[in-house]
Amino acid sequence: MSDLFTLSVLMGIIVSGIRLATPYLFAAIGETFAQTSGVLNLGVEGIMLMGAFSGFYIASTTGSLWLGLLTAAVVGILMGLLMALVSVTLQAEQGISGIGLSLFGLGLSSLLFEKTIVSVVAISGFQPIRIPILGNIPYIGDALFDHSILVYAAFLLVPLSIYVLNHTPIGLKIRAVGQNPQAADSLGISVAKIRYLTVSFGGMMAGIAGASLSLALIDLFQENMTNGMGYIAVALVYFGGWNPLGVLGGSLLFSFVNAFQLWLQVKGVQIPSNIALMMPYVLTIVALAFAANRARQPTALDKPFERGES
Amino acid sequence: MKPVVFRVSLLAVIATMLLAACAPAAAPATPTAAASASVFKIAVVFPSAHNDAAFSQSMYEALLTVQKDMGGPSKVEIAYSENLFNVPDAAAAIRDYASKGYNLVIAHGSQYGTSLEQIAPDFPKTAFAWGTSLDTFQEAGINNVFAYQADAEQGGYVQGVMAAMLSKSGVIGITGPVEAGDAKLYVDGFKQGVLATKPNDKVNITYTGSFSDVSLMAAAATTQIQNGADVLTGSSQSVVGAIGVCKDKNVLWFGQQWDQASLAPSIVVSSQVYDWVPTLEDMIALVQKGVLGGKGYTLTFANKGLVIQYNPSYTVPADVKSAADAATQGIIDGKITVQP
Repeated sequence: MSDLFTLSVLMGIIVSGIRLATPYLFAAIGETFAQTSGVLNLGVEGIMLMGAFSGFYIASTTGSLWLGLLTAAVVGILMGLLMALVSVTLQAEQGISGIGLSLFGLGLSSLLFEKTIVSVVAISGFQPIRIPILGNIPYIGDALFDHSILVYAAFLLVPLSIYVLNHTPIGLKIRAVGQNPQAADSLGISVAKIRYLTVSFGGMMAGIAGASLSLALIDLFQENMTNGMGYIAVALVYFGGWNPLGVLGGSLLFSFVNAFQLWLQVKGVQIPSNIALMMPYVLTIVALAFAANRARQPTALDKPFERGES
Repeated sequence: MKPVVFRVSLLAVIATMLLAACAPAAAPATPTAAASASVFKIAVVFPSAHNDAAFSQSMYEALLTVQKDMGGPSKVEIAYSENLFNVPDAAAAIRDYASKGYNLVIAHGSQYGTSLEQIAPDFPKTAFAWGTSLDTFQEAGINNVFAYQADAEQGGYVQGVMAAMLSKSGVIGITGPVEAGDAKLYVDGFKQGVLATKPNDKVNITYTGSFSDVSLMAAAATTQIQNGADVLTGSSQSVVGAIGVCKDKNVLWFGQQWDQASLAPSIVVSSQVYDWVPTLEDMIALVQKGVLGGKGYTLTFANKGLVIQYNPSYTVPADVKSAADAATQGIIDGKITVQP
């Protein structure tokens, strides 16, 4: 127990936590845009799987990781467009169609995997890049500034999305469409266009989230490898109160506690593994109960917009 | 407002497209040219993918071998459904196969037991098999269920012996999925093997709580390595995440359930492989004689159901190899008892 609280353990938790948080960040930030505009996309899980597969497949056949990443993004956009078509144009029940999209992604990625790659193989993914100067700071350099490009990108996405959502005309439109689509519509904002945009952006981010697993963090594809991450990402958007900073906090809390419980087990702390494994979930629920900020919840979330109604 | 008919029909078109694409990736492995009365039909339900490089693949490859040995697809027909970790879905598939007239229906997961106990009495002419377990439900008056398990602790012990000899740091990590089933047997056996060889070595065990969480398994391996481990092992299909980390960090790995050398030829020392072929052949022979269940099978070193498969790309030092062989022989002779 005594050697649990050492600097090297702390750094280990930070490194693992940052890596674990990366796919959640991509997916949850993308979902934040979709939800802020009023569309609940529960299809994140399926899009992540398709992104993970398509990125891996292209990268392993062409040898280009960047081409793989691009493919994952495009596949994500396409699946986002499909979700938008069903939920915005056809105004289907968003929760149901999202789950449908998730199952679709799971089935299709597994099928394509079996028909193309067949069995689990590994590739050499995006390598860690040590940032000059910052990377040389003792301890902190190793923990924070020695990650792959996708990890940095996920964290840079946070300030970027705060800026876009809060300080740009398009951000204003997105929020308006999510809060009061009727008013936005009467001001000449195309509700459908904005929602198509955010849902396909969310899809792109979910695709990249999947690719961050298969091309940078784990460097292989296995059927159903996301294992429910997409749903946790959707929950993190609620957790973060539709604020990218809150989403960052939720992702980090969940990932750090997960990394911490692994260290508890490695150090042989005498608690049952099941209890240790429950910790991230329990803490997330507790934090959600006490810190939930629903003030920013888009009023029109999960409600299809029909012109001329109400 | 758009016409409702237009919307509904578009939805229907999309739904059909989605359903078509989602159709379960389950199909007869090799369609038979013509089904005749002499075809022996086997169906199997897998909790993970049939090509998971672990538990499911060990059974799948054994079935292919049996099919080949018995004369090919014209003699043995194999059908499978995979990724049915969800028990109710698996139960539906098991029932479906039984009602379609398969001779032997295999439920390849210990979680399927209670479902099988309910399904088997409804199909008295069908033989069922399930594992890993030794309960054939004969006490419940059911006579058409075979059971099979693997004494995974035996190979765990032998690989533990090798791990102890190959480790320089004296710290060895085990990344398990769940503290149950053959994973727990393997983990416990491995730990005994290490400590019997080097009593002062440290064996650290982490469980991820999931058979399929590749990401957390990778994090577990990273944590073990940061904690000083220089030899790792683990169980379940999610270990592919851990093996990737070991390859990056150049840390040795011992495989379990299936030969994992192809995933990382430079660092996999050996794998304990489950060979279900003799078990399957015996079951099929019994079914053909009209015996549909009641027998339990256990894979051991003694009956060659367990095999330590060395990675040809990794040279095991001679003394390590001979210690492993001695441990294997000791287990077969009963001189070494591994506590399950």
